[in-house]
Amino acid sequence: MSFVLDPLPYAQDALAPHISANTISFHYGKHHAGYVNKLNELTKGTPYETQTLTDVVKNTYGNPATVAIFNNAAQTWNHTFYWRSMKPQGGGAATGQIKDLILQSFDSLDSFSKAFTDAALGQFGSGWTWLVEKDGKVSIIKTSNADNPINQGYNPLITLDVWEHAYYLDFQNRRIDYANLFLTNLVNWDFANQNLVNKAHL
Amino acid sequence: MQIFKNSKFFFGTLKAHTLPALKYGYNDLEPVLSATLLEFHHSKHHQAYINNLNAAQEQLEDALTKNDVQRIANLQGIIKFNLGGHLNHSLFWENLTPIKNGGGQLPDANSALVQEINNNWGSVENFKTFFNTRTAAIQGSGWGFLGVDQQSKKLRYLELPNQEIPQNYGLTPILTIDVWEHAYWWDYKNVRPNFLTNVWKIVNWKDVETRYNQALK
Repeated sequence: MSFVLDPLPYAQDALAPHISANTISFHYGKHHAGYVNKLNELTKGTPYETQTLTDVVKNTYGNPATVAIFNNAAQTWNHTFYWRSMKPQGGGAATGQIKDLILQSFDSLDSFSKAFTDAALGQFGSGWTWLVEKDGKVSIIKTSNADNPINQGYNPLITLDVWEHAYYLDFQNRRIDYANLFLTNLVNWDFANQNLVNKAHL
Repeated sequence: MQIFKNSKFFFGTLKAHTLPALKYGYNDLEPVLSATLLEFHHSKHHQAYINNLNAAQEQLEDALTKNDVQRIANLQGIIKFNLGGHLNHSLFWENLTPIKNGGGQLPDANSALVQEINNNWGSVENFKTFFNTRTAAIQGSGWGFLGVDQQSKKLRYLELPNQEIPQNYGLTPILTIDVWEHAYWWDYKNVRPNFLTNVWKIVNWKDVETRYNQALK
């Protein structure tokens, strides 16, 4: 068994003009695909080859001997989660159970948005901004490089890729504009609500 | 200089940083780095570090005069990051030069720098391979540095993440290559090793040698 590049949940131009088809083409077709290929190369002939992707992320974390496998497994996982964290005509105010949980942890939907974009900017360098759940409460965390919150016992709900390759073509270095646009036009709250049930970290 | 203790005017001398002009045009590093990439990198990315640094410095000045220790503490990270970005990029621009101006041309074989590279790595080619292997392997964003150890005065390679600076690790940098994605993505996409292979064609060895000799003093 080998790891596969999961299909995009929409066409490459579906998120335009917010995220261009060109960005998706490179980001999915080169970066994400590259991580999958490298993961297959590194896990061939190892016990990780037949584990689920989530299990590889859990089992290779924090071990210097398996750091290369972890980086490629986690980046594979993170990118698949990222595509699903967005949808065409997405964005706007949270709805459903996630809205209630957000309002329990944040003063308002606006203060949630501010905290989320602050976290996106506050990750100096490469990484990811996450909305996560633990013990029935939601919070925002940032991870660096390939790190994934399931290794800290969190249930991920949505993620924003803040590696430069995610926004360079469309936003150059204006990460704040990219993060704002994610919230106003792209974020898939249905996915967040599904993840409250699915609990990927378990 | 008389130091005015507890005076609000003392800290008013914090100078705003400015973007250093490149010693070459935006299209002069082609074909290794395109004009588009170079213009973005210099006028947008480096400029943003400077803007953010200046803004944070102003905040720090204000916090210091008000003795707002929480704010002083909170500003450390943002200053460290943006100051590092400014310093690293400023060195990087000087370490590059157009091919027509001697980019890629090694110093003389019996120069102190080349002798020392040979002592450490066997040859300059071996050194480049070593540098590229280590620098390509940096996870996420960072820089590869060749520098002079401040204690031993020996040449040493060091890779650092994000905008850390080698001066904080006892190393005076003489050469640096930026491997944040913005440094190569436009021309090389996700293939960082191709960027590293090609960047040596525009390394300004004269500048590296000058810095080496300076660091030995």
